[in-house]
Amino acid sequence: MLLEVDQVAKSFGTDPAKVQVLQGVSLRLAAGETVALTGESGSGKSTLLHLCAGLDRPDQGQIRIDGADIGAQSDSGRAGMRRNAIGIVFQQFNLIPSLDVAANLAFQARMAGRLDAARIATLADRLGLADLLHRYPDQLSGGQQQRVAIGRALAGAPALILADEPTGNLDEATGAAVMDLMLDLVADAGAGLLMVTHSEKLAARMDRRLHLSSGRVA
Amino acid sequence: MRRAVLQALLSHWRRHKLQGLSLFLGLAIATALWSGVQAINAQARASYDDAARVLGQNRLERLVPPPDAVISEQTYVVLRRGGWRVSPVLSGMWQGDVRVLGIDPSTLPMGSAPAQIGQGLPIQDFITPPGLGYAAPETIALLKDTPGLPPLTPVPDLAPGLVMVDIGIAQGLLGREGQISYLLVDPVQPLVQAPLGDLAPDLTRQAPDAGNDLARLTDSFHLNLTAFGFLSFAVGLFIVHGAIGLAFEQRRPLFRTLRALGVPLRDLITMLLAEIVLLTLVAAGAGMVLGYLIAAWLLPDVAATLSGLYGAAVSGELALRPQWWGAGFAMAFAGVALASGQSLWRLARLPVLAPAQPRAWLRASVRSLRWQGLVAILLALAGIGLAWRAEGLIAGFAMLAALLLAAALLLPVLLAALLALAERLGDRAMLRWFWADTRQQLPGLSLALMALLLALAANVGVTTMVSSFRQTFTGWLDQRLASELYVTAADEAQGAALRDWLAPRADAVLPIWDVTAQAAGRPVAVYGVADHATYRDHWPLLDATSDVWDRLAMGDALLVNEQLARRAGLSVGDPLSVAGLPAPLTIAGVYSDYGNPLGQVIVSVDTLVTHFPDVPKLRHGIRIAPDRADDLRRAMQDELGLSPDQITDQAAIKAFSLGVFEQTFAVTGALGVLTLGVAGFAILTAQLTLAAMRLPQLAPVWGVGVTRRHLAGLELLRAVLLTALTMIFALPVGLLLAWVLLKIVNVAAFGWELPMGLFPRDWLLLGGIALLAGGAAAAWPAWRLARLQPARLLGVFAHER
Repeated sequence: MLLEVDQVAKSFGTDPAKVQVLQGVSLRLAAGETVALTGESGSGKSTLLHLCAGLDRPDQGQIRIDGADIGAQSDSGRAGMRRNAIGIVFQQFNLIPSLDVAANLAFQARMAGRLDAARIATLADRLGLADLLHRYPDQLSGGQQQRVAIGRALAGAPALILADEPTGNLDEATGAAVMDLMLDLVADAGAGLLMVTHSEKLAARMDRRLHLSSGRVA
Repeated sequence: MRRAVLQALLSHWRRHKLQGLSLFLGLAIATALWSGVQAINAQARASYDDAARVLGQNRLERLVPPPDAVISEQTYVVLRRGGWRVSPVLSGMWQGDVRVLGIDPSTLPMGSAPAQIGQGLPIQDFITPPGLGYAAPETIALLKDTPGLPPLTPVPDLAPGLVMVDIGIAQGLLGREGQISYLLVDPVQPLVQAPLGDLAPDLTRQAPDAGNDLARLTDSFHLNLTAFGFLSFAVGLFIVHGAIGLAFEQRRPLFRTLRALGVPLRDLITMLLAEIVLLTLVAAGAGMVLGYLIAAWLLPDVAATLSGLYGAAVSGELALRPQWWGAGFAMAFAGVALASGQSLWRLARLPVLAPAQPRAWLRASVRSLRWQGLVAILLALAGIGLAWRAEGLIAGFAMLAALLLAAALLLPVLLAALLALAERLGDRAMLRWFWADTRQQLPGLSLALMALLLALAANVGVTTMVSSFRQTFTGWLDQRLASELYVTAADEAQGAALRDWLAPRADAVLPIWDVTAQAAGRPVAVYGVADHATYRDHWPLLDATSDVWDRLAMGDALLVNEQLARRAGLSVGDPLSVAGLPAPLTIAGVYSDYGNPLGQVIVSVDTLVTHFPDVPKLRHGIRIAPDRADDLRRAMQDELGLSPDQITDQAAIKAFSLGVFEQTFAVTGALGVLTLGVAGFAILTAQLTLAAMRLPQLAPVWGVGVTRRHLAGLELLRAVLLTALTMIFALPVGLLLAWVLLKIVNVAAFGWELPMGLFPRDWLLLGGIALLAGGAAAAWPAWRLARLQPARLLGVFAHER
């Protein structure tokens, strides 16, 4: 199993202002599988995604990626897992503003030590970025920036893609086009995809849907 | 991985060239001013060391005669016959500015002369007229066309301004046949020798380094220079702190992204440290080169000052010493560590999921301003406490540092309060937005404004001190230099003839005779003055008994200068013993004696001549009606055969003294201008950096109908306004600084206290320059804003999240 989440709980703050964000959440995701994580605002979707990415640790429960407990890792260990096994697509793109498109696309692959120029060229071509390789992020539209972010996440051929509302900042048409592309690329790579979304349409295109409500799987 | 991350980090500078330039220049200039001053100090100290090393002054004992006496050759022969292994030395000034040192190579203790002289000295040529001389290469260059000296051979280790010759040649050059200044005592002495008291009872043994210690004497001057260098460094560090802080803040999203993409925190910090080290090495290296150039530019002025104030000869050639390089880089690294420490600490504590708001730093919290204000008040209290309790130079500078830092920290707090008040009072929408927006800009500009405050306050302080000093000094010169003419006889015979000749022709002939003696445990110059109205009417007394001149004339009292009174804790009415006088005399007055680092005592001329019969009676002041002075001068030249350089008129001495004075503060003035330049640069870089981040704040105002030109005009107005407010705040801080300099630092450093004057014209000029600098710094960003393409402003709306 690529991703296993077992009875995970997470809260923020301290009593009496403590907020229980996740309670006893479990899920499974196999390689090549796509799962939509839906729920109202504040239901804990993004928190669960962050825990899966090792950006934070659960209070209780375990999260395993390819059998390795990510919560038990040190900061360096978790960083290594993000670098090597995970690709993250952020809602706010989070491109490196001082690097051009080509360098942004290659960035994570270089960090993982898996730089494959041919793969990046193919990705750039399929993402429609071939003519924009020497532009900087602030010279791109929102849709173009999100395509670069997707390309960066996939360039290192990670086993797991975590996407946090990847089309949330895009208009409907651009969002649909970006989504088509991402699903195609994820399928080609055989990676697992866990995607947070508010969109019913997008969720319907995934293999499965997991709905969170008040921190629990509904 | 590290390469990719380092590339991502460094790529920031490629996209923010101006920021990189401001960091580079800030650090380079800070290092330059600091290391430049240190190079000057190191050069001066090396010259003092050279002087101290000559003939092993720093390690050989000497036999010295009583003050103003000399050792005869007969005494030397008696000592040698009595088993004393001593070597004679004659030291004296030749033609005013060359120190001639006569040695006896056959008896000189081993290793006491520079190695180049000891090895292969052609003794026959050295001791036979015209002889051979040794001097530093630069001294030889200066004396190239001077007749009268023997052929000179370069020896780099010799102190500047010194010529070493055989003692016989020196006696001829100095006109002191048969005289010896002191005897060097060989460390290796025979087991049996006659007691010194039996052979030469008037000679005393002097321990190594007990002589005139230039390094100690000039310490206060170098401390002053160091303080100014440090101030410049601190001002430069404000730029570095601002640039590094901004670079970290702007890259917070990048740091978060890198962490999210799998870069461990430790690796990220390591690479940022590597980046900082790299930048520091490059910028500090450039700063060191610039510092060398500044030092080379200022050194002649400093050398002239040290020569004028202390009679210290400092080599005009700047040598690059490894310690100087090391200390310069160490200082730069320490400064950068200080400037970047907070940013790195924040990064180390930054949770990976923290919101990465690049402009969050613009919104300084009220809480942090409160803390800043509290620290400022504590520092100010510490400064006041130091003023209350502490004494001495170090305490004076510590107090200055505490007060300046307190003022700098308090500036943003006061400005924020003022702007908040203005915002509340403003009733028009545009006006309220202007005040609110200015307040929002304040955190981004505050470091630059603090740097400007320090530079302006330092300039106000130093200008006030120098102008007060000039005003006092000029008035003091008028009092002190009352005689119309000053004449120096070539020898005693000419002196006596001169006095006889002048008696019927001048209104008064006032002896200016002095000897060196010991009083209150330190060497002092003892002058004898005649009982004359010149002194009664003009002498600059700070404190005195009502019958001071009568008692002085009767020979039962003396006067002391302010320096001696302060250092020895003496005041009017105290008894003072002067070596050579039979009994202690009562202090009847204390007088100001600016520009003189040494203690001075005045007795009646009869007392001086009676108890110091060998006093040279060469210099005289002549009182005569001013319109007859020229005729008398010509008559002295025609009838007595005096050369023109033996007679100086009052105006020439005043001009010379004021020249020395101006020279003394030329370096301070130059450093003040450089510091102000650094602060101006800080404002410019802060304005330019902020301008690049201003669009999101300006676009909405533009969107509701304010033209770009109008916005640009407001930007300019804001810069001028903040500069003006900073100048207004800098003024009292600068005056406080001047007060500390005049009342505490100068007293500790030089031993005299000066009245403080106020010079509003200087402030207006400085304020004008500051406003010009502030306006000029904002002019370019404002001009760019006025010509900004509307598409750039629209882009803000398009990218708004």
